[in-house]
Amino acid sequence: MLIKRSDGARAKQRLASAYQGLSAGGMDRRSFLKTAGLAGAGVAALAGIAPRMAEAAGAATGVHDLSRPIQRVKNLCTHCSVGCTVTAEVQNGVWVGQEPTWESPINRGTHCAKGASVRELVHGDRRLKYPMKLVNGQWQRITWDVAMSEIADRMMAIRAASGPDSVYWLGSAKFSNEGAYLFRKFVAFWGTNHVDHQARICHSTTVAGVANTWGYGAQTNSYNDIRNSKTMIIMGGNPAEAHPVSLQHVLSGKEINRANMIVIDPRYTRTAAHATEYVRIRPGTDIPVIWGILWHIFENGWEDKEFIRQRVYGMDEIRAEVAKWNPQEVERVTGVPGAQLRRVAEMFATQKPSTLIWCMGTTQKTVGTANVRAYSVLLLATGNVGAEGTGANIFRGHCNVQGASDFGLDVGTLPAYYGLDETAWRHWSRVWGVSFESMRARFDTPQMMNTPGIPSTRYMDAVLLPKDQVQQRDNLKGMIVFGHGGNTVTRMPEAQRALDALDLLVVADPHPTTFAVLHNRRENTYLLPIATQFECSGSRTSSNRSVQWGEKIVNPIFESRTDYRVMFDLAKALDAAAQRRNMTIRFAEDMFKHYDIQNGEPTPESILREINRGAWGTGYSGISPERLKLHMQHQDKFDLVTLRAKPDAPAEIRGDYYGLPWPCWGTPEQRHPGSHILYNTNLAVKDGGGTFRPRFGLERNGVTLLAEGSYSKDSDIRDGYPEFTVALLKRLGWYDELTAAEKATIAEIGQGLGGEDRVSWMTDLSGGIQRVAIAHGCSPFGNGKARAVAWNLPDPVPVHREPIYTARPDLIAQYPTLPDRRGFRLPHLGQSVQARSPEVFRNFPIILTSGRLVEYEGGGEETRSNKWLAELQQDMFVEINPADAAARNIRDGAWVWVTGPENNSRARVKALVTERVGPGVAFMPFHFAGWFMGEDQRRKYPQGTDPVVLGESVNAITTYGYDPVTFMQETKVTLCQIRAA
Amino acid sequence: MARMKFLCDADRCIECNACVTACKNEHEVPWGINRRRVVTINDGRPGERSISMACMHCTDAPCAAVCPVSCFYTTADAIVLHDKDLCIGCGYCFYACPFGAPQYPRVGNFGGRGKMDKCTYCAGGPQQDNTLVEYTQYGANRIAEGKLPLCAEMCSTKALLAGDGEMIATIYRERVQRRGYGSGAWGWRTAYRTTVNA
Repeated sequence: MLIKRSDGARAKQRLASAYQGLSAGGMDRRSFLKTAGLAGAGVAALAGIAPRMAEAAGAATGVHDLSRPIQRVKNLCTHCSVGCTVTAEVQNGVWVGQEPTWESPINRGTHCAKGASVRELVHGDRRLKYPMKLVNGQWQRITWDVAMSEIADRMMAIRAASGPDSVYWLGSAKFSNEGAYLFRKFVAFWGTNHVDHQARICHSTTVAGVANTWGYGAQTNSYNDIRNSKTMIIMGGNPAEAHPVSLQHVLSGKEINRANMIVIDPRYTRTAAHATEYVRIRPGTDIPVIWGILWHIFENGWEDKEFIRQRVYGMDEIRAEVAKWNPQEVERVTGVPGAQLRRVAEMFATQKPSTLIWCMGTTQKTVGTANVRAYSVLLLATGNVGAEGTGANIFRGHCNVQGASDFGLDVGTLPAYYGLDETAWRHWSRVWGVSFESMRARFDTPQMMNTPGIPSTRYMDAVLLPKDQVQQRDNLKGMIVFGHGGNTVTRMPEAQRALDALDLLVVADPHPTTFAVLHNRRENTYLLPIATQFECSGSRTSSNRSVQWGEKIVNPIFESRTDYRVMFDLAKALDAAAQRRNMTIRFAEDMFKHYDIQNGEPTPESILREINRGAWGTGYSGISPERLKLHMQHQDKFDLVTLRAKPDAPAEIRGDYYGLPWPCWGTPEQRHPGSHILYNTNLAVKDGGGTFRPRFGLERNGVTLLAEGSYSKDSDIRDGYPEFTVALLKRLGWYDELTAAEKATIAEIGQGLGGEDRVSWMTDLSGGIQRVAIAHGCSPFGNGKARAVAWNLPDPVPVHREPIYTARPDLIAQYPTLPDRRGFRLPHLGQSVQARSPEVFRNFPIILTSGRLVEYEGGGEETRSNKWLAELQQDMFVEINPADAAARNIRDGAWVWVTGPENNSRARVKALVTERVGPGVAFMPFHFAGWFMGEDQRRKYPQGTDPVVLGESVNAITTYGYDPVTFMQETKVTLCQIRAA
Repeated sequence: MARMKFLCDADRCIECNACVTACKNEHEVPWGINRRRVVTINDGRPGERSISMACMHCTDAPCAAVCPVSCFYTTADAIVLHDKDLCIGCGYCFYACPFGAPQYPRVGNFGGRGKMDKCTYCAGGPQQDNTLVEYTQYGANRIAEGKLPLCAEMCSTKALLAGDGEMIATIYRERVQRRGYGSGAWGWRTAYRTTVNA
């Protein structure tokens, strides 16, 4: 184990002062002696102080002076989506210590390596300290005013020459909800739908898959609720490394219920090490495995027939497909023995409640959406949705990727999944207090307003493809990147060429990120230092839909500014730039008119109140800043398993679920408790119960799409029903339960929608429709069936399709990928690329897959800059099976070249020879950057901002391949070759 | 008086390294010094298990027995600490320690190692409690503030337990009885000449 963790003797030699300026290649003997000598001199100067604390004495950041007051401030970990509360001890404006937050029902005091080291982020000397720009290829310090003014001028120049669709806005899962919402609003005001964020590359296919199945694109239950499960399958996920604190709940469930914990993965992960059953599959065969499980379930009659009859549409079509996947065929395609899958099937279907947990191994596929749909169907067939201990427990990746998705950092929707149609635009224009027509005028053409933008996985194509292949006025010319890594998207060699071709590149981030160094730009490139969420306040939504309020711990460090401030300043700078060019468009006044401006920036509270007034569709309407702050204040009053505030809680939160997991219906004053478990008919809607959401019509092929005989507790309608509109209220005779004020608001809204009858629970700004529906025990969105068949998707019934670059070319004829097509304004190749597989496989015979390490997160610039984390994982590596290593004469710890089938790509990394991966499979973590095709790029970072650890990016090797529904990239199955370096 | 111990539940430890970075964070431990680390056996193979390791604060600590300058002492809570003003960095304790706990800031000419550093059970050192000089030499003193070691407090799966030996043994015993398996209190026989039977 040469390269993992603290590598004994060599790590010891790296003194605190010695790591600066080192590359990931480690230290040679000469440089070691040099730095050791320097450290010695420093020690001598600090006579009387033990040398090992020399560094601490210099910073003295961890020292408490107990004679002076210490303030405790609660915020949230900024890494994964579990939502661990961070308690900071602050003295004299300095964050001096981190304490466990025992009272948080989510993490109960605990953290993983990342959470336990977040204090470093606001001391980090590797942060970007002031705005910078490239001048003739050199980084130069500039002021904020100059930066804003120059950026705005260049944006306006692009707008004038090429139109608003030539600027790409990449947002962030690191935003607060308020930041994400403001960013989406900004992009709408700019007049484009080119807005995206990390959800595209992590769970976009999950959102598309589950929303197309039962209504909402989110985890149905919660981390805590897994304590109720008797069987859990973790498939395509490694939460022991990606979501370590979730394992507290998973392992507790496993122990308390003696539950079955089944891990299905190509890799024997650290999660698998704790499983009761481990199933190794060939990468890219998730659907055959699921259908193989279902084959046994149908064969033995283990399915939940009553659940299917009442709440599921189209299961018979699934049966027809599943019948093809007998144990022999499943074993031929996936490599899993039939007897093992039968055992898994029996446990999952008969030892209930059962839950299915998934992450990127499922989603980052050319068949990502179909995978998610197949998983959902397995849950539906066994009746494992909508109750305690069941559900699709989708672990999302970033601290606010759920919230950023909810607020529309997505090329296809406005905030709260309203979509891009005229009703959606009219709704949000009304919330923003601007006219629909004025918003439409901001777009290049009226059609572009309703046309989804280009997903972030394909920005390079939108820059590089011939103009006539990109369905908009011109290619992309400028990119504004807030809080997004540049090494997390595949095909990096092409990304490099695209970045070189841009007229403008703006990187707004606490760290320079790969976007600052990957390219060879010499001008028109700006870095803006942004404060972390520890340096500002706001709410964030964790994976289980609980919304938590984080309080600012310290002021933004160095010259950093908050997202709120930078967006406000940029809006004003754009106004000035427009004025200089005699353009009529304006931003700041209309965008910010509803907000309280304090110290030059809008307050997150006032932004959240605007969200409350508009986001009815996901039930963010009841989640006021006041309620959230009370929850944080009284965290200890919530139950560990149900997340509900106990009877001894203060009256104003009693009965609430922790963090008001959305949907939290109605206005804040209506005190809906939030919904801990989605679609849970065992509870009344007013207590967080619900039904499946009918959003696909009322009937299909003569079969109703509304639930039959299933309804949430205490419902006045004891059957299925469509979504609530004024028309439905009138038919039910409930219209007059609306107050006069509510009726007046509805009538006014109805004028823009062609009559008040069409005003619905989503567009009614008074909240009256939701209030009346809930008073009758009904879900505002209706009571429908979940869809086993999603006829609007390319594969209505999920079918197996071999990866584009497959190691089984013999299966292509039987299980081909989709034909070439177009989508999201771009060409989308499928079979034409797959046709090369047989030839590619001869030269690149190893399947390459990628994933996370516990110490790092995302693109890794932030975590690799944190010395406490960087020390634990100092080298980029590739996991290779001993058989493959032996055949290539590769020793553990040796340097190797990994090469890929596109762009002559190659990466120089260390070999980790391990049985963790099966023969013919290699694994690489995706957090590294700063080396590119063997070249060390450390010199390209602005001085003092280079991460401690650099390494090759796996996405330099990864290849073409996109999900047809969301353009999710394929990072989990491609081909490579490995040879000793 | 309580007898403080560490207990790592190997069936819960997931090698997330929270204990390691919590320690770094609390004491500002510099690069290259690892007061605590996680050791994994059978890495990548069935039977993979991880253990979080640091100074176990042994009964009749072997480090103290071999120290030529007698810099070690045991507190009333049975925490093994040492005096860096006495330590000569000879490294004997490193050879004596069954857990590989002692750390040294440098390897210099003629084998000079600098003052030994190790886990203090978040109990500081011989300097006055919670002073700058104590922090600078030994790190934070949570015990003096009535708190337990941060590594155990922050353990993601509550695998690492710290506190009175009797109490953590009871917690572990109950856990093993409820779930039906347990690989034992690793290192206890070596460190404390006792074990936990469930």
